[in-house]
Amino acid sequence: MKPYSLMFAGVGGQGSLLIAELTSLAAVSAGFDAKQTEVHGVSQRGGSVETHVRFGEKVHSPIVTPGEALAVIGLEKLEALRFAHYVDPKNGIVFINDYELIPASVTNAENIYPHETVEYLKSKGLRVIVLPASKIARDLGDGRMANVVLLGALSTMLPIPLEVWEKTLKLRIPAKYAEGNMKAYKAGKEMMS
Amino acid sequence: MREFLLGNEAIARGAWEAGVKFVSGYPGTPSTEIIETLATRFPETNPRWSANEKVAFEEGMGAAIGGLRVLVTMKHVGLNVAADAFMVFPYSGTNGGFVVISADDPGMHSSQNEQDNRYLARVGKVPVLEPSDAQECHDFIIAGLELSEQFKSPVMLRTTTRIAHHKGLVEVGERKEVEQKEFVRDAKRFSVPIYRLARRPEVEKTLNALMDYAETCPFNRVEHSDNKSIGVVTSGITYQYVKEVMPEAGVLRLGMTFPLPAKLLREFCSAYQTVYVIEEGEPFIEEYMRNLGITNIKGKEIFGVIGEYSPGRLQNALALGDPPEPYTEGVNLIPRPPMMCVGCGHRTVFAALKQLKVTVSGDIGCYTMGALPPYEAEHTTFCMGASIGVAVGLEQAGHEDTVAVIGDSTFIHAGIPPLIDAVYNKSHLTLVILDNSATGMTGSQQNPASGKNVFGQEAPKLDLESFCRAMGVGSVEVVDTWHRKEIVNTLRRAIAYKGPSVVIARGACQQLPEMKKRNVISFIVEEELCTQCDACFKVWCPAITRTDQNYPVIAANECTSCTVCAQVCPTDAIKLAEAFA
Repeated sequence: MKPYSLMFAGVGGQGSLLIAELTSLAAVSAGFDAKQTEVHGVSQRGGSVETHVRFGEKVHSPIVTPGEALAVIGLEKLEALRFAHYVDPKNGIVFINDYELIPASVTNAENIYPHETVEYLKSKGLRVIVLPASKIARDLGDGRMANVVLLGALSTMLPIPLEVWEKTLKLRIPAKYAEGNMKAYKAGKEMMS
Repeated sequence: MREFLLGNEAIARGAWEAGVKFVSGYPGTPSTEIIETLATRFPETNPRWSANEKVAFEEGMGAAIGGLRVLVTMKHVGLNVAADAFMVFPYSGTNGGFVVISADDPGMHSSQNEQDNRYLARVGKVPVLEPSDAQECHDFIIAGLELSEQFKSPVMLRTTTRIAHHKGLVEVGERKEVEQKEFVRDAKRFSVPIYRLARRPEVEKTLNALMDYAETCPFNRVEHSDNKSIGVVTSGITYQYVKEVMPEAGVLRLGMTFPLPAKLLREFCSAYQTVYVIEEGEPFIEEYMRNLGITNIKGKEIFGVIGEYSPGRLQNALALGDPPEPYTEGVNLIPRPPMMCVGCGHRTVFAALKQLKVTVSGDIGCYTMGALPPYEAEHTTFCMGASIGVAVGLEQAGHEDTVAVIGDSTFIHAGIPPLIDAVYNKSHLTLVILDNSATGMTGSQQNPASGKNVFGQEAPKLDLESFCRAMGVGSVEVVDTWHRKEIVNTLRRAIAYKGPSVVIARGACQQLPEMKKRNVISFIVEEELCTQCDACFKVWCPAITRTDQNYPVIAANECTSCTVCAQVCPTDAIKLAEAFA
């Protein structure tokens, strides 16, 4: 069995690493082998962050190969564009949070932000699902939970049962945030039904 | 019991299980999490941050000849700093088990060079273990300590970024206490320079014994294939990529890459028509094999020496596939480089240096970003502590406007001897110490100037200004790092001062737990007063973005109340949220 490969892309501070880890832990809890790795430069916030997750019967490489990911999860549009080539163009899905974080170079008019990312990726024949994860999270009381909304959506295409996701969220997320995040997870899941 | 652990966490766990009783190191990506994990989860291993890697290594040597099991951690360039001790330790050999972590960084994710430290190990005649996954990080540290005691030799555990920074399942065990070995005063063994001639043959004896051991050691593993057309010799993380991309190939996985097993390599290669040598970094194994006279091998001419390997890169090199490239055609895929944090105290210093149009010799830390837009006010950066020596040298070459910039941790690490030298040799050096009470770039670790130890407990705090004065620096001034005008004025005075001068720009790193926990009143923009002059945008604060009407807006949950945008606003349109209400 070929492992399930996932690519989580976002900006430092958005919590892409957290949902990648939740996915790995859920996969392990469901009895799979799993590996995870993140790639970022120096540890400041604000730079682009990619996290690779692979799970299955037996996993060798922690690194996802471009073109093999079952899903690319973009917490921000530009970052989704940057890592979209990791998706399996035939069977994969690019999940994109309907959210733009404008780099300082754009604010200072040195670069132009690619607002057309979603249409562009669709024109390349990719299956793109845009979710208003940040808006849903804000409506639930905390915009930072956009990552967990996306995780809820992603979970519908993974062979991990609901009770394992719930257990993993409870174990990994501090008690005072657990309830909100569970709601965020379920809201994301419902978006896909 | 199985845990899902980072390679570095697995090393920490293994060290704890192996009864390690002393751990020293200096933060450096990708090695830092080992000591962080030990401090938070396994304090009985007695971990500490040392002033630099040489000090860490020497403290480790002392603890090991004193009879304890010891772990010393550093990144690859850290071993350059510790090399003096590293090269001489094999002459005496160790008493308690001693393992040094060399965390190499192929791809230079967070380093100034690519450096394959297996070569340093060969120069020092120190055996090298290379784990291929998190489980082996755990297992090899335990086995490495035993190997060290068996051969009385220091051992290097070489990780790479992908090994140190990937997570996998690890079968863990419990701690086994190990009895402390007796330290006997033995100058003939431990006073190497005096007795070096007598010790020299011992080094070769140990190396020869290790060479024999390498032939049958459990770290090297042959996985034969029925298909004898292609074999692979590999090590480290690359083994995983080989299993992924060439699942049918016969494999010799080397877990011990120095000394290498000549007989085993010859035997393996004679069983296959063509053998690929696939190793990240330099052709360390390949060169050895070529020197043995093995000719049916292919290596670096196909896979290359630069950068990190990946399954995709192997597919490409072996013509087994052509993974897609990033989408760039017909779309503006702009970069998102790392930048100084919201409220970072380095901003004002680099804005001032830019304004003063001086030449800046920089150092290793977050402030290397002073070389990037919008400042572009750092003109040289090489290695830890180099800012000061380079400024002194530039002055001798006629560039007397040079200002050296260094962080508090880097100053303690390697900036003290060059500052003494600058005073001694009557330089006109101007030095800025960016004192943010943290070793920031690696994640705001504690250091001797932060007043906290590795556990976050109170520790003696180095008084930087008294210290600089005691060294003979004639002008030492301390300035609030968030005060723009004062920084410019203080720098002007320091540059004009005839003789060495130090400016300490003080203000805590925003990533320190105590800074994150503060209650912050954010700043907001009063649009009626804003003339859209864009001065605040030029601060390049990530918390400031544009509204649809082109006004600046400050993200309240990100603002650290550093006041810098308010200081630059010519119409006082940026105000404390509280005052505005």
